[in-house]
Amino acid sequence: MTSHTNGHPQDFEVRVLRQDAPGAKTYWERHRVPYERDMNVISVLQRIAAQAKSADGRQVAPVAWDCNCLEEVCGACTMLVNGRTRQACTALVDKLLEDNPSEIELRPMSKFPVVRDLMVDRRRMFRALQKVKAWVPVDGYFDKGPGGRMSQEEQGQAYPLSECMSCGCCLEACPQYTKVELTRRDGETDEDFRRRETATFDSAFVGAHAISQVMLFNSNPTGKMNAGERIDALTAEGGIQVCGNAQNCVAVCPKSIPLTTSIARAGRAATVHSIKKWFDR
Amino acid sequence: MAKPRVLIVGGGLAGLAATMKLAELDIDVDLMSLTPVKRSHSVCAQGGINSVNDQTRQLGDNEGLHLDDTVYGGDFLQHQPPVKEMCDWGPRIIDLMDRLGVPFNRTPEGFRDQRRFGGTLFKRTAFAGATTGQQLLYALDEQVRRWEAAGKVKKYEFWDFLGPVLEDGVCRGAVAQDLVSMEIRAFPADAVVLGTGGCGLIYGRSTMSMVCTGSAVSRAYQAGAKYGNGEFIQVHPTAVPGADKLRLMSESARGEGGRVWVPRKPHDARDPRSIPQNERYYFLEERYPKYGNLVPRDIATREIFDVCVNDGLSVDADRQCVYLDLTHIPRAELDRKLGGILSIYEKFQGVDPRDVPMKIFPAVHYSMGGLWADYERNAQGGLVIGSPKNHVTNVPNLYAIGECDYQYHGANRLGANSLLSCIFTGLVVAPGIETLVKNQKGAVERPASLYESAAKRHREDHENLLRRPGGGENPYLIHQELGDVMTKTATVVRRNDQLRDAYDKVVELMDRASRCSLSDTGNWTNQNVVFTKSLRDMFPIALAILKGALQRDECRGAHYKPDFALGGIDEGEPSERRRLAEAWCDRFEENTAKWLRSTIATHQSDGQPELTYEAVDTSIIPPRPRLYGLVGGELIEQVWKERAAKRAAGASGPGNGQHAAKTATAAKA
Ligand SMILES: Cc1cc2nc3c(=O)[nH]c(=O)nc-3n(C[C@H](O)[C@H](O)[C@H](O)COP(=O)(O)OP(=O)(O)OC[C@H]3O[C@@H](n4cnc5c(N)ncnc54)[C@H](O)[C@@H]3O)c2cc1C
Ligand code: SF4
Ligand code: SF4
Ligand code: FES
Repeated sequence: MTSHTNGHPQDFEVRVLRQDAPGAKTYWERHRVPYERDMNVISVLQRIAAQAKSADGRQVAPVAWDCNCLEEVCGACTMLVNGRTRQACTALVDKLLEDNPSEIELRPMSKFPVVRDLMVDRRRMFRALQKVKAWVPVDGYFDKGPGGRMSQEEQGQAYPLSECMSCGCCLEACPQYTKVELTRRDGETDEDFRRRETATFDSAFVGAHAISQVMLFNSNPTGKMNAGERIDALTAEGGIQVCGNAQNCVAVCPKSIPLTTSIARAGRAATVHSIKKWFDR
Repeated sequence: MAKPRVLIVGGGLAGLAATMKLAELDIDVDLMSLTPVKRSHSVCAQGGINSVNDQTRQLGDNEGLHLDDTVYGGDFLQHQPPVKEMCDWGPRIIDLMDRLGVPFNRTPEGFRDQRRFGGTLFKRTAFAGATTGQQLLYALDEQVRRWEAAGKVKKYEFWDFLGPVLEDGVCRGAVAQDLVSMEIRAFPADAVVLGTGGCGLIYGRSTMSMVCTGSAVSRAYQAGAKYGNGEFIQVHPTAVPGADKLRLMSESARGEGGRVWVPRKPHDARDPRSIPQNERYYFLEERYPKYGNLVPRDIATREIFDVCVNDGLSVDADRQCVYLDLTHIPRAELDRKLGGILSIYEKFQGVDPRDVPMKIFPAVHYSMGGLWADYERNAQGGLVIGSPKNHVTNVPNLYAIGECDYQYHGANRLGANSLLSCIFTGLVVAPGIETLVKNQKGAVERPASLYESAAKRHREDHENLLRRPGGGENPYLIHQELGDVMTKTATVVRRNDQLRDAYDKVVELMDRASRCSLSDTGNWTNQNVVFTKSLRDMFPIALAILKGALQRDECRGAHYKPDFALGGIDEGEPSERRRLAEAWCDRFEENTAKWLRSTIATHQSDGQPELTYEAVDTSIIPPRPRLYGLVGGELIEQVWKERAAKRAAGASGPGNGQHAAKTATAAKA
């Protein structure tokens, strides 16, 4: 059906897995999108929103999705493109059609609760950063001169870890990271619900991104001083022991963060820490 | 007595810096953002952040020179006291960010490394790889998370600010909408701070992120806050064209030695690497020998535009672009210093810029204008720290910081100065607000009915939008039309006939936008209605930009009108040239007296702006001509210096210096 001009199709088909709200049933919807040069999945979704019509001519609501920077640096637009977890903004249409000329398939991430269509709720990721205390605990924000000196090598180690944009690809790919989706109970207040949710998040696996952040802050000249606290958080329930070392995470990280190196370093640090704690008793 | 609460809207660098500082000052903060704050637009900043540092200091640099570069680069259109204070804080801000864990690049000895950006002769720019904005934002995000864990900060992410709650003209909070449940409710607050960033989406595609619609600012403006210097929109010289976005190629690519050129033969189809040196036109280096490829942005932009549009030397025949070439720099050095931005190019263009020169063209990038914001000047010419006037809009208790205020950058922003101004304004607004809430003696309790009626108005508006009949205008297509008009008429080169037409066209589009139909009428994560609201709110700002540009009959920074340009001097005998230079300086002085004024827009009930003009505080550095590369510039400069010396000698005589001193307090009028 697709006609070609200059090696490019005139238009192409996009299949989107939609879901109107949490708990609602899912359904596939087909869209036909005219081809333009330099397109990515974001511009495809923009055209779909502007068309407001599915391939079979039905009036449909625009697909909901999340994005912001369009430069693969904000982490917002993660979804499954042709079955692969990745950022939609760097998913180039030319490349996708090369691999599969018949269609582009879009699905939401499966490890997070769907809010609507391709939008998922990733608050659990940010909670994990809180749990492991992923920050430098400075005294305050008054002037106290510069931070510690740092060699080029140390900077070169810290910088890649610090590029983690909380996109969640590593979690989507991880066999040990399973979906946590709670619904509010009858009569439960907003605050009670949030509290229960946080507790559930904290008992489930923290994930590779948070483990890597621990290694980032534990090597910072100031962050080091509280290394033990972070390792404690990492060895609590849902901690590093859950990791089965499947190494899926590192393969999908769009920022090429050396996650398995971080996990190995964290594992060693956890062992040393627990021995030290045992002796300190 | 209830504890005071401050509502901060926007979690970019400015909003996060303000949040963390207020929390430290023991003030509770509600922090609201369209996106999770960690995903704010500030993550896109690549190049770096400016400040004087130990190394530049030893080469003769100081805070005063940073101030001078900033106001000279901005064509003197900014009040100088806030800029002075910002430059003074610069070194301390970099130190603070260093302590917060930003992995700044290092020298072999382990000190922070710096690079040189446009508009200065010093290496003032600290950087963290090619993702400086991301690294700075994360450091602040982490601190705010720490305060969140401690219960001092409550985040409202995926919320849309719909407008301030006003009582007798004083801001008492805001109304906002949950983007998931679509619930609309009021947030009582003792002060509301907007740090909501730029408005690039008014131009359709730009280098900015998708939430940079300017909606929050427009809503404040429509509620009575004034908007300053709207017409000053920075167009970045080097961006990579794309279907959804124009992706920035940071100035650091030029800072690290990148060279801009075009083949001397138009649309030369040869592989650029095979084109011999003598057949390449390095037009920036030839036209500006002193600054070379590092001329300020407005000049680089205009020259690239000129080479493509007027000289017809675009690399491609079917679209405008020039080469930005890094291929002469060793790969390892490129990877270390520019890895991040180069991988962006590679990812989106599928070509390795380490091997092949990049193709780039200018794109809308930054809004120098924004909400009018006040300050209190101290005796040294800086700011009174702790004054509640700092960064308050003309609406009491409503503040504006970061890219969305109109301070600091005048008619043109220098590269790497924005990250500084964002963090600085966030840090400096906090002690002022502390004073404000102390003076109020705790939280000001207002009747619930005030908030209920404000929320009700927004709910009705929302319901009316959802109920609009089908078959009307398509918001996405109107957005495209708006972007096309604005990009064509209000960017690099501006002409009055085009601006007049554009104004009428945008008024018409505004009317059509009020008749949009929604393709989604549901009440759950309805992005269609949220977009339509932000589209409606683009028009008042678009009109302020166009009217400001139309009325300003001069050239200043990013605002370039060839019909009113003061040309160069390139002919005649020495005495004739001298006379021309004198005449040039006369005209410059006249123009300064007439146009060294900020444009201030006030929103009228029909959506159109009323413009007034505000004198600029130039009490520290008197205005002087910006002569980068102008033919005969040396002679003009010489004449100008003689005049300045004469004025200094007879300091009581009339002239620029005095004019400036008189306007020193105008900002507080
Ligand atoms: C590609 C690019 C590269 C750049 N590189 C540099 C550089 O190297 N050096 C430099 O100094 N500057 C640079 N800049 C400029 C600089 O990045 C920005 O000016 C700066 O980050 C703006 O920060 P901000 O805190 O004001 O706002 P932003 O970071 O834009 O944040 C705005 C916040 O407001 C929120 N918001 C907006 N509207 C609403 C609403 N209606 N309701 C609720 N919340 C809302 C958003 O969610 C967001 O949290 C660059 C800009 C771009 C586009
Ligand atoms: S290595 Fe660990 S964290 Fe990574 S995918 Fe495997 S189980 Fe998950
Ligand atoms: S570690 Fe990589 S994949 Fe995981 S959240 Fe961070 S950037 Fe994304
Ligand atoms: S939109 Fe920011 S990562 Fe894709």
